[in-house]
Amino acid sequence: MTRRTRLFVAALGGTGLAVLLVAACFCLPRFGGAQHPYGDRVVRASLARHTANTIASVNFDQRAFDTLGEMSILFASVLGTVVLLRQTRDEHRAAPEPEQVAVPVRRFALLVLPVAVVTGLYVIAHGQLSPGGGFQGGVVLATALHLLYLGVDYRALERIRPVGFYEIADALAASAYLVLGLAGLVAGTAFLANFLPYGTFNTLSSGGTVPLLNAAIGMEVACAVVVLLARFLDQAVEIEKGGEK
Amino acid sequence: MSVFPYLVAVWVFLVGCYGLVTSRNLIHAVGCLAVCQSSTYVLLLAVGYRDGATAPVFSDLKPGSRPVVDPVVQALALTDVVVGATVTAVLLALVLQISKLHGTVDPDELSELRG
Repeated sequence: MTRRTRLFVAALGGTGLAVLLVAACFCLPRFGGAQHPYGDRVVRASLARHTANTIASVNFDQRAFDTLGEMSILFASVLGTVVLLRQTRDEHRAAPEPEQVAVPVRRFALLVLPVAVVTGLYVIAHGQLSPGGGFQGGVVLATALHLLYLGVDYRALERIRPVGFYEIADALAASAYLVLGLAGLVAGTAFLANFLPYGTFNTLSSGGTVPLLNAAIGMEVACAVVVLLARFLDQAVEIEKGGEK
Repeated sequence: MSVFPYLVAVWVFLVGCYGLVTSRNLIHAVGCLAVCQSSTYVLLLAVGYRDGATAPVFSDLKPGSRPVVDPVVQALALTDVVVGATVTAVLLALVLQISKLHGTVDPDELSELRG
């Protein structure tokens, strides 16, 4: 198909799709309307289970099984990337040279690094209380470590980031989520049910299993992002074309 | 006026589709797919909005004192973001290997089969 015909077909299909979507928009409930039957029920259930952050309650309690699927998608994609970005036969590894970094960049990165790490841990730990949680905090934590790459160089990053360790931790965190789900069965309730005491509302230990599942997800996401970025950075910095040296 | 946020979602989706069709670079195409996906965030959050409502977090809010937006779609948007990020990662890894094997990232030049 030439470029012209392809554009023509796309324009035809796009116009049809646009008309249908716009027509559908006019049939949706009014924007900002007061009718949210599921939302109201979720809020009630979340308050009954002493979880201040309703979204954490949805993700790790009422819809915990879906989060298991979501976590599996993340895990599978890390696995796929690791397989895709492995070192092939016609490539070799070159040790990265130490690099000079501008002094202000180095100072700022080293200053922000501990703050970013603590922020990441804080966001994970307070997932059941305030906006945030395992997914968000995990990404903050993982990217915080990479400030070392910006501020010092790649070798410094590699020293604190043994990828093998993070791969194992990723798998451990994923299984911790499953084990917490199975613990529900052992306790005589259902898989991934919230079987622990709910605790005092608006404290760190409130929400039953929510903080535990949240922590497992936080660890999984942090390790997954570290492994993903490590694979991409390897391609950019270390792996070069050409046979074994 | 009450359909305007939904129309924004439609517009963002169609812009992403246009980019995908006319793309001459696979990395650009992956970006366009991310644009398509971000339209779903707009749609989800628009569906869950409630007039005068605040975030459904009760650590500093007395339950029942104010209406809150729908937490179900917010949780769905979070799932959406995570899935979007992972899909982007895998696609970029694929693009990297394509560029190594074929020496190009232009989808029009990738038509020939190669053993």
